[in-house]
Amino acid sequence: MDIELQKVSYSYAKGTPFEKAALFGVDLMIESGKYHAIIGHTGSGKSTVLQHLNALLKPSEGIVKIGDEMIEAGKKNKKLRQVRQHIGIVFQFPEHQLFEETVLKDIAFGPMNFGVSEEEAYARAHEVIKTVGLDDSILQKSPFDLSGGQMRRVAIAGVLAMKPDVIVLDEPTAGLDPRGRHNIMELFSKLQKDHNLTMILVTHSMEDAARYADDLTIMHDGKSVLRGMPREIFKDVDKLAQYRLKVPHVVAFQMRLEQRLGSKLAKLCLTEEDLVDEIARAAKKVREES
Amino acid sequence: MMEKMIFGRFIPGDSFVHKMDPRAKLVFVFAFILVVFIANNIPTYIALVVVTFFVIALSRIRLYFLINGLKPVMILMVFTFLIHVFFTKGGTVLIDWGIFNIQEEGVKQGIFISIRFLVLVFMTSILTLTTSPISITDGLETLLNPLKKIKVPVHELALMMSIALRFIPTLMDETDKIMKAQMARGSDVTSGTIKERLKAVVPLLIPLFVSAFKRAEDLATAMEVRGYRGGEGRTRYRQLKWSMRDTYALLLLVLFAVGLYYFRTTK
Amino acid sequence: MNNILTLNNIIFSYEVDQPEVKNAVEDVSFTVTEGEWIAIVGHNGSGKSTIARIINGLLFPQSGDVTVFGKLMNEDNLWSIRTELGMVFQNPDNQFVGATVQDDVAFALENNGVPYEDMVARVHQSLAQVKMEQFLNHEPQHLSGGQKQRVAIAGALALRPKLLILDEATSMLDPQGRQEVLDIVRKLRDDTGLTVLSITHDLEEAILADRILFMNQGRKFAEGQPSEIFALGDELVELGLDLPFSMKMAKMLQEKGIQLDGTHMSDEELVENLWISNFKK
Repeated sequence: MDIELQKVSYSYAKGTPFEKAALFGVDLMIESGKYHAIIGHTGSGKSTVLQHLNALLKPSEGIVKIGDEMIEAGKKNKKLRQVRQHIGIVFQFPEHQLFEETVLKDIAFGPMNFGVSEEEAYARAHEVIKTVGLDDSILQKSPFDLSGGQMRRVAIAGVLAMKPDVIVLDEPTAGLDPRGRHNIMELFSKLQKDHNLTMILVTHSMEDAARYADDLTIMHDGKSVLRGMPREIFKDVDKLAQYRLKVPHVVAFQMRLEQRLGSKLAKLCLTEEDLVDEIARAAKKVREES
Repeated sequence: MMEKMIFGRFIPGDSFVHKMDPRAKLVFVFAFILVVFIANNIPTYIALVVVTFFVIALSRIRLYFLINGLKPVMILMVFTFLIHVFFTKGGTVLIDWGIFNIQEEGVKQGIFISIRFLVLVFMTSILTLTTSPISITDGLETLLNPLKKIKVPVHELALMMSIALRFIPTLMDETDKIMKAQMARGSDVTSGTIKERLKAVVPLLIPLFVSAFKRAEDLATAMEVRGYRGGEGRTRYRQLKWSMRDTYALLLLVLFAVGLYYFRTTK
Repeated sequence: MNNILTLNNIIFSYEVDQPEVKNAVEDVSFTVTEGEWIAIVGHNGSGKSTIARIINGLLFPQSGDVTVFGKLMNEDNLWSIRTELGMVFQNPDNQFVGATVQDDVAFALENNGVPYEDMVARVHQSLAQVKMEQFLNHEPQHLSGGQKQRVAIAGALALRPKLLILDEATSMLDPQGRQEVLDIVRKLRDDTGLTVLSITHDLEEAILADRILFMNQGRKFAEGQPSEIFALGDELVELGLDLPFSMKMAKMLQEKGIQLDGTHMSDEELVENLWISNFKK
């Protein structure tokens, strides 16, 4: 399912003296089956865009196309529920949405709201709890007795149980320790590849965007200012600096090294593994030459 | 949804009224509420309206905000107006269509009552629009201070109120977030049948309570670490300053009340 | 060197009546000396935040003792000890007590009965130290997370504490906010020699410290200078932490068979070492 934003503008508290414009003519194209990242610093409008991806907000101007559905400024659309069924959002600190007596019921809550039978929803709960790397026995526990990391996983399981075609991630690793962060990001990456899902990561982490995304959109001051493949976008340090963004640490390191060497490596590397390989190759070449 | 709430929201400024001491404003508004009841004929009601608009002009608050403040009481106002129009008798009969019997006195009383509503709502709105909630709290705390003698925990109540005010925006924000998260899971309090909406309240309230308790716990810890041990031996950073402006305002109100009393109809 | 803080054989359990539950803190001792920056690191649940609470007398250990500025902490001197310890917590929203920035900074001063004129001066001074003097009358909802944490630091500094404790103070911030806060702390330390104890799982933050205390499952796993701690390499990763970028790269390069000598505490150093050992002709 493709998602497209065409010239979308949005203002909070529209029509009151407290009106505050957040988006200005944003264009965004999310192609099906790819891993996208939307990057910007706090206040760039990325969370407002996120809420348009699932019709939680309606544009003040412009059009949002979600699959075949059109959400337009000033027009009612009665199929919002169906739209939402296909798009799961993992909000920042998703554990804050847990409320049921047991993990099982909480995970089944989303699917059952969308008309899935209890039996089927419970079956899905047993399935997704394994996907997020937790033990089946946890299903009978109260979500409030779990550790922070476990709660996060349960909340994610609740979104996965809806079997969405598109998953939107809003800083899914905020507040986790390094191991937790790594595990969660790897989990989503694997899910995306295994099920050919569309993944949309909304983040300020350049590292995660560089490592996982096929496609990047940079937001700045309520506008979509840059779009392209990570390798292209991260080439231009000065341009990113305009948007108060830095290149990922790996890229910065590679540039520093290239400056010292006085020559460029064969390609721009987006992960540490890549860069290590590239350095090894370059070093080997130097050894052979001398 | 929440962001549309405008009634009584503080609008910063530096007008005469903004600069007044919150204690003076509180006393002024409470006294004014009593003064309003002195008026009972056309000249005195006109005087009330004139004074109210004079205060509005002094406060430099846009009429938009005041009209907005009227909305919640509009129905009540219209209702009392109609009750008077239809049921208060006296004076010339204006319309007589059987049960629709409207008399002069009824219309007059209806208009008086509406004016009373109007000036009261405007005056209290001006108070909240020109005074930050925390200043109102400070003002109330100082005004109520004598009650400490009869063991009313004035300081604690004021602190509770200021913390509540401080956390309203935070909790509103939180409510919005949780609501959106549950909407994304197919449970929506803002649309659907009444039954569906009621069902969607629990998934909203429980997380909200859990988070509010967590916040309260964190806040209590932070306050303890920063040495909070109740009101005993505390100094105040927020100082209230009574100026001549405040004395003048209250004196004028007294004069106005005397004038109103002089011009009111006595039977 | 003066000892600011000493913890002696601290044992603490949240569930005293349930001996089968592991103690949150198990026999931990360490000392903080004046002017140093010490970082306590460990994964979530390693007991590091419990230690912060014990230092501040929010929790009392079942055994062992805490000495602050040579005074053994007890119920009686608790409040006076707290005036010498500034503390900043994790959640920027949940520690903002005042209605505006200046009110919040004044909160601890009010509690300790500081006279008004003195308060005004101290509030302005503390806010200047964290570069927030432009925001005197701002309300918390109009500040970023990083700004709120800076206000919290100012609130702690206003009492002129001898020790500033940062309890995961940067973990909920975006990269920009984290940078702001760390820059301020570093500057404070350089300018005023403030003693800092930071509790964190961010090793980029820990590398700024003079000394690192590495916690695992309630126990002190290792203690030493950053270079010594990071030399543990894989052990750190196994215990749920990440190496700082330059060290991670160095380790991966060495595993690839690339020759590297010396330490690699920063990117500059690693680039230089790489150049010398592999590319210099």
